[in-house]
Amino acid sequence: MITYDTDPSRYAHWRLAFDGPIATLTLDIQEDRGIKPGYKLKLNSYDLGVDMELHDAVQRIRFEHPEVKCVVITSGKSRMFCSGANIYMLGLSTHAWKVNFCKFTNETRNGLEDSSERSGLKFLAALNGATAGGGYELALACDEIAMIDDRSTSVSLPEVPLLGVLPGTGGLTRLVDKRKMRRDLADVFCTTSEGVRAERAKEWKLVDHIAKPQQFEEMVKARAAELAKQSDRPGGQGIALTPLNRKDDDKGYHYNHVDVEIDRDARTATLTVTAPMGRQPDELEEILTQGARWWPLAMARELDDAILMLRTNDLDVGLWQIRTRGDMSAVLEADATMAKFKDNWFVRETIGMLRRCLRRLDVSSRSMFAVLDEGSCFGGLFFELALAADRSFMLKIEDDFARAPKVALSEANFGLYPMNNGLSRLATRFAGEQAPVDAARATLGKPLQADQAAELGLVTFTPDELDWDEELRIAIEERTALSPDALTGMEASLRFAGSETMDTRIFGRLTAWQNWIFNRPNAVGEAGALKVYGTGAKAKFNWERV
Amino acid sequence: MSIDYSQKIPNNVDLASNKTLQRALEHWQPAYLDWWNEMGPDKTTTAEVYLRTAISVDPKGWAHFDYVRMPDYRWGIFLAPQEAGRVVNFGEHKGQPAWQEVPGEYRSTLRRIIVTQGDTEPASVEQQRHLGMTCPSLYDMRNLFQVNVEEGRHLWAMVYLLHAHFGRDGREEGEALLERRSGDADNPRILTAFNEKTPDWLSFFMFTFITDRDGKFQLAALAESGFDPLARTCKFMLTEEAHHLFVGESGISRIIQRTCEAMASHKTDDPAKLRAMGVIDLPTLQKYLNFHYSVTSDLYGAEISSNAASFYTNGLKGRYEETKLGDDHRLDTAEYPVMEVVGDKIITRHVPALTALNERLRDDWVKDVQGGIDRWNKVPEKLGIPFRFTLPHKGFHRKIGIFGELHLSPEGKVISEAEWTHKHRDWLPTAEDRAFVQSLMGRVAEPGKFANWIAPPARGINNQPVDFEYVRFN
Repeated sequence: MITYDTDPSRYAHWRLAFDGPIATLTLDIQEDRGIKPGYKLKLNSYDLGVDMELHDAVQRIRFEHPEVKCVVITSGKSRMFCSGANIYMLGLSTHAWKVNFCKFTNETRNGLEDSSERSGLKFLAALNGATAGGGYELALACDEIAMIDDRSTSVSLPEVPLLGVLPGTGGLTRLVDKRKMRRDLADVFCTTSEGVRAERAKEWKLVDHIAKPQQFEEMVKARAAELAKQSDRPGGQGIALTPLNRKDDDKGYHYNHVDVEIDRDARTATLTVTAPMGRQPDELEEILTQGARWWPLAMARELDDAILMLRTNDLDVGLWQIRTRGDMSAVLEADATMAKFKDNWFVRETIGMLRRCLRRLDVSSRSMFAVLDEGSCFGGLFFELALAADRSFMLKIEDDFARAPKVALSEANFGLYPMNNGLSRLATRFAGEQAPVDAARATLGKPLQADQAAELGLVTFTPDELDWDEELRIAIEERTALSPDALTGMEASLRFAGSETMDTRIFGRLTAWQNWIFNRPNAVGEAGALKVYGTGAKAKFNWERV
Repeated sequence: MSIDYSQKIPNNVDLASNKTLQRALEHWQPAYLDWWNEMGPDKTTTAEVYLRTAISVDPKGWAHFDYVRMPDYRWGIFLAPQEAGRVVNFGEHKGQPAWQEVPGEYRSTLRRIIVTQGDTEPASVEQQRHLGMTCPSLYDMRNLFQVNVEEGRHLWAMVYLLHAHFGRDGREEGEALLERRSGDADNPRILTAFNEKTPDWLSFFMFTFITDRDGKFQLAALAESGFDPLARTCKFMLTEEAHHLFVGESGISRIIQRTCEAMASHKTDDPAKLRAMGVIDLPTLQKYLNFHYSVTSDLYGAEISSNAASFYTNGLKGRYEETKLGDDHRLDTAEYPVMEVVGDKIITRHVPALTALNERLRDDWVKDVQGGIDRWNKVPEKLGIPFRFTLPHKGFHRKIGIFGELHLSPEGKVISEAEWTHKHRDWLPTAEDRAFVQSLMGRVAEPGKFANWIAPPARGINNQPVDFEYVRFN
């Protein structure tokens, strides 16, 4: 079983150093410490294990180091920044492993941009050596890119000419979307396996700053200081991210506020998220004292980990039932507390964590059914879970208000947790129509029963107690019998209505194309480019354009 | 003003009628001369040197000797004669006609190969630019300059290919070749070994004996290329490279000779006594050998290389003497042994031969170096001195490949960091060793005179006497 548990004392591939407002993340990959056997991580090339550490390191900077305003990402190897994802690893991996790996790396890179935009944490890529493929894509996710100009170091995206696949971790999209590179030059760049050296890289907007080796360090320092000036992170005491209390057994994964129960035969998992219990802090000081135990953060970390565990380890568990338990008013109070203190750095980071965690749900290639049964509490933040699901089932109990499950909306449902398309889940749900959003908003804070929720378009089905069990059983059995590939494509297409953003283009367009190419004989057939890479054999293509 | 390039630049590539090339060379040639004046042999612009100039590719034409001021040297462009009906001799394209133009598919790979090879040529000139000031004789000084102008010509040869076949990119790469500087931290040469100093004549001879021999094997592999102009260019460069190897091998041999004579006549092998006599003790020579051998070995790259494999499959770079090898020249199923370290044991593992082509070329080079060592060992043998030079283990003092992270003794034992720290002074030149060698370096520039630490050669250049005035100062 693969887990995402790590901490800086266990890193094999990254070094994390702090100097006042500047943190430096140094990539120095140990080639013998791949997460799976069978390949060596040469030339600072990465696999999932390397990216897990990066993700952990960035999380720790977010929460444990509020004094950090700018993160410098550089390499500990001589003349080599990073050569991207390890090709032999990709060659040995199943399709599912590749896709899950790319999804996680995408989420981590998008997370850097999310933190820069919304939490004042800036990123500077310091390319102190050759930078290829995923290495350059990591740089692209940073606010600025500084590159050494020693007349031999180059940046490149050699995937197309060398491997017959795409720079699929945002590379193609960010070139034109983010860095505003001209598409004809991008076309040249992406088909030149050796890439371009510093001067042209600057000229073509591939990097922002170049400097000779003797001046490079100085320049990186200056740029980091400059980026740090744009940050409003306040400094002060951080919040230690203590290890998650997860118990793994045959049944699933069990945490304090989140429980995952897997039904192997049915190929379904039930994720149950629990509302805060007992008195919750309503003052900042107490929130900071609680730190990682504070319910919104604790729950978010657990849910995030549960999603990753399921995605990585339980591929055939194709349907997730999402349930909630507890007191809905406690969830709404948590929303109110977060809203009240949203300008505090820690609360802001917690909201960011929740935002990214919910986005992870949005892009998970699993069917999701929200189950709003008796005892559930889909209010505010928890209602986002229902909105993230592909459909929802809400139990109708007409004659007993106390027993009937209810939902309620809070401000948190109106823009606090935008999806990758930049819109709230509610706005996306109504595909740009304002009237139903306004109608929903008019009920702010009011507990709604099944009929009302259905009328407002907030839930899909509302069976009564007599029908409930059978309706749910049949819906689940029906769903899990459908083609998993078709479902993945269908769900991903339906989940993101409305306008596009760079993130949706990365997940929707680039990832989909990449995953198609990853499945084609021209890449992974016996003589496919990815398959034969490194053997010296020449790829044999089927020349038909599809 | 039009320049008659065929006069200024001896060539067999029909320069006079090639407008593209002329345009390129009009820009490049002045920049090249600027580079030569800035980075070529120091304080030599007025000296007249008895040099060999290639004026055509036939056996008489490429060994034309005369006095020449080096900036006026006629750096020519020569390709070995075209072989009618030549085909690609290995890889996927085996049997297809050799390419006279660059195949678009391999354009950037070929350019990279040519630039990497080309970059070593001016690099070594830069590394050696101060040696003229400390030459042990006029004969040696002349040999140094011969090596230098020919490295310059090899740069021309590579730049010709870039200009003739790679368009604008090629011209830019040609300029960049003149802009990088050996050892410049901001702007270094591409390969690490070519950024090391060549501080003294012992290093120079070791370099020409060992590192230029890497050049020989790289050129030989490229001389097999399916890209015919590259193959022909490299083939001709090999004839010149042979002289560089001779300079190195005979230079060291003469040093050994001088030391052994001192050992025999004073009946001592005590390094301190020998050093006091102003000759270089044999253990110090062995240490220099260890150093240059291991550093150069890294130039072949990692034992297992996907680049080398695809160069071969695509017909761009062959094996040493490819066409003389009796196999299928495709290597789809062939295997090749490479070393592997398991714990503290070194074992041999068979891997697909395609991926082990770097190692194979390295092995060919090792054999060739060993031949030179055997010839050196005849010198002490003749004088009854028991010392013999030996090559250290392949894994000794390596920075690249499977041994890169480890420490090995010259005998090939995996040792600890602590043991390495303790013992490496016995195996590699120390600062004191280098200072001693440096202390011997003084300029001897009188015809027929030789520095004390080196024996005169058996014969002169081009049948001239040893005391011939190989360099004239004005």
